[in-house]
Amino acid sequence: MKILVCISHVPDTTAKINFTNGDTEFDTNGVQFVINPNDEFGLTRAIWFKEKQGAHVTVVNVGGADTEATIRKALAIGADEAIRVNTVPTDGFAVAKQLAEVVKAGKYDVVICGKESLDYNGGMVPGMLASMLSYNFVNSCVGVEIEGSNATLVREIDGGKETLTTNLPLVIGGQKGIVEEKDLRIPNMRGIMTARTKALNVLDPVAADAKTKAVKFEKPAPKSAVKLISPDNLDELISLLHNEAKVI
Amino acid sequence: MSVLIYAEFAEGKFKKVALELASYAKKVAETLGTNVTAVTVNATDVSELGKYGVDKVLKVTNAKLDKFNAKAYADVVKQAAQKEGSKVVILSSTTDSLYLAPIVAVGLDAGYASNVVALPVSTNPFQVKRNAFSSKGFNITELTSDVKVIALAKNSFGLAEATGAASAEDFAVSLNDTDFNVHIQSQEKASGKVSIADAEVVVSGGRGLKGPENWGMIEELANVLGAATACSKPVSDLDWRPHSEHVGQTGKPVASNLYIAVGISGAIQHIAGINASKVKVVINTDPEAPFFKVADYGIVGDAFQVVPELTKKLKEFKANNN
Ligand SMILES: Cc1cc2nc3c(=O)[nH]c(=O)nc-3n(C[C@H](O)[C@H](O)[C@H](O)COP(=O)(O)OP(=O)(O)OC[C@H]3O[C@@H](n4cnc5c(N)ncnc54)[C@H](O)[C@@H]3O)c2cc1C
Repeated sequence: MKILVCISHVPDTTAKINFTNGDTEFDTNGVQFVINPNDEFGLTRAIWFKEKQGAHVTVVNVGGADTEATIRKALAIGADEAIRVNTVPTDGFAVAKQLAEVVKAGKYDVVICGKESLDYNGGMVPGMLASMLSYNFVNSCVGVEIEGSNATLVREIDGGKETLTTNLPLVIGGQKGIVEEKDLRIPNMRGIMTARTKALNVLDPVAADAKTKAVKFEKPAPKSAVKLISPDNLDELISLLHNEAKVI
Repeated sequence: MSVLIYAEFAEGKFKKVALELASYAKKVAETLGTNVTAVTVNATDVSELGKYGVDKVLKVTNAKLDKFNAKAYADVVKQAAQKEGSKVVILSSTTDSLYLAPIVAVGLDAGYASNVVALPVSTNPFQVKRNAFSSKGFNITELTSDVKVIALAKNSFGLAEATGAASAEDFAVSLNDTDFNVHIQSQEKASGKVSIADAEVVVSGGRGLKGPENWGMIEELANVLGAATACSKPVSDLDWRPHSEHVGQTGKPVASNLYIAVGISGAIQHIAGINASKVKVVINTDPEAPFFKVADYGIVGDAFQVVPELTKKLKEFKANNN
């Protein structure tokens, strides 16, 4: 089984969000970048398949050279090889198009993406990629088992879960649950050392026009200070929620 | 040319998000000088959509579509858009619609923007404001393609009633066998409980509640308010509550009108999941808890005293106001 795990390189969850250049760009100053958490869950599941059932795991990122530290981390966690498509991602459509080329060239059976990235929260790439490839697709995936060419998946639905079956080839939009957080791996020294010797192939991008562009960023308006209410005066809270906030 | 919405129908009625979508689409259509068409799957009575601004409903009735199927439903939306010549297609932000939207976008060769929180900033060029960075920022996105697909964030526009009635038209779609390659085997739904995704009000508890045996008071407060219950991450990690209730950056996002946080410190990863909620109330013993910085109303006090008392008073309030 050949598995491709798509990883995106995103600001760490605790990063302060600032914009620069007249609010047209995300300010990377002092920001630590990590593997997108939804992708890390998928990567860990892929490594599990490799160790338990036998699979070859490739990670891919569409990005500039600055993402290589993140890619090396994925190799240190256990991926066999890596691909970087050398172009700065513009929108989900353009990224999916680059990834589709990689999937076609490598004839992957299973493609695991995170259901969304924590920077632009677009939730676009997995579904677009599956459509471009005509692969089967399950989104918001919280469980996956594969036997031969049959897959059984669990996906989250509003207010519950649903179990689905389908065949390979398959694209998954994964999230926490595909593995649990306690099963995530921290790269050890040996992993980090061997990652240095693993192949990181840099590919030239294909022509792919974006269909959207980020023109400007804004920060939420500063909040007014909290209104403190004495625990002995809960009637006041109820009155504020009813008359001022109008939420009850 | 009309603006097309996909109106989700379940258990005999339109979901509230479908009515919100209709309200929003009406305003977008007015700006563009056109009308609103809704496409529905196996809906029975579609008249309610007219009250929120829909002019025409394309009714798809097909037993093969009894269960949600992303690829087949995406075909429905795509074919409806093609029939209407729609340049703007709007979906909601339910798990199902977010599953469909990128497939629809590729089918229509359209740009797609999710998490849209307001009416378009401009329609020529077509620019929308969307949440990004887990609601720590907004991004104005321009859709440069001829057809545009957008998904509206929940509770970001509200309902706006309109006068008028929707005409209904049966619409036959052509489906391929490959649309049905993914099969649903079973569903597990928490019945009788409000789900976090649909909730107007959410009552959430953190590690400050000390143990699962104390959740009765959270549930009682939630009951009075018709609210869903939720929790912080350590609470679900400790198995005090199910993982489906875990709210935050690695858990579920909440976009309720009211979020009540009890015994939750307000770590940045938790706040990332609740930023989109409108009014936040915090109950915490520690006046320095970071949650007070983002809350609208705060009570510095012991949950074990405040929550039962608040529940009692809310019961009285509800009895007098209904
Ligand atoms: C990568 C990453 C992702 C994460 N994702 C999430 C996420 O998605 N969601 C999430 O919630 N967390 C997440 N976390 C964890 C987060 O950083 C915090 O640890 C967590 O939110 C704290 O939960 P808590 O507030 O319930 O517990 P605590 O930090 O233990 O705080 C408990 C609070 O209860 C108060 N309290 C105590 N007793 C009482 C009482 N009797 N009455 C009233 N108040 C009382 C205390 O003053 C304190 O403020 C993540 C962390 C990391 C590193």
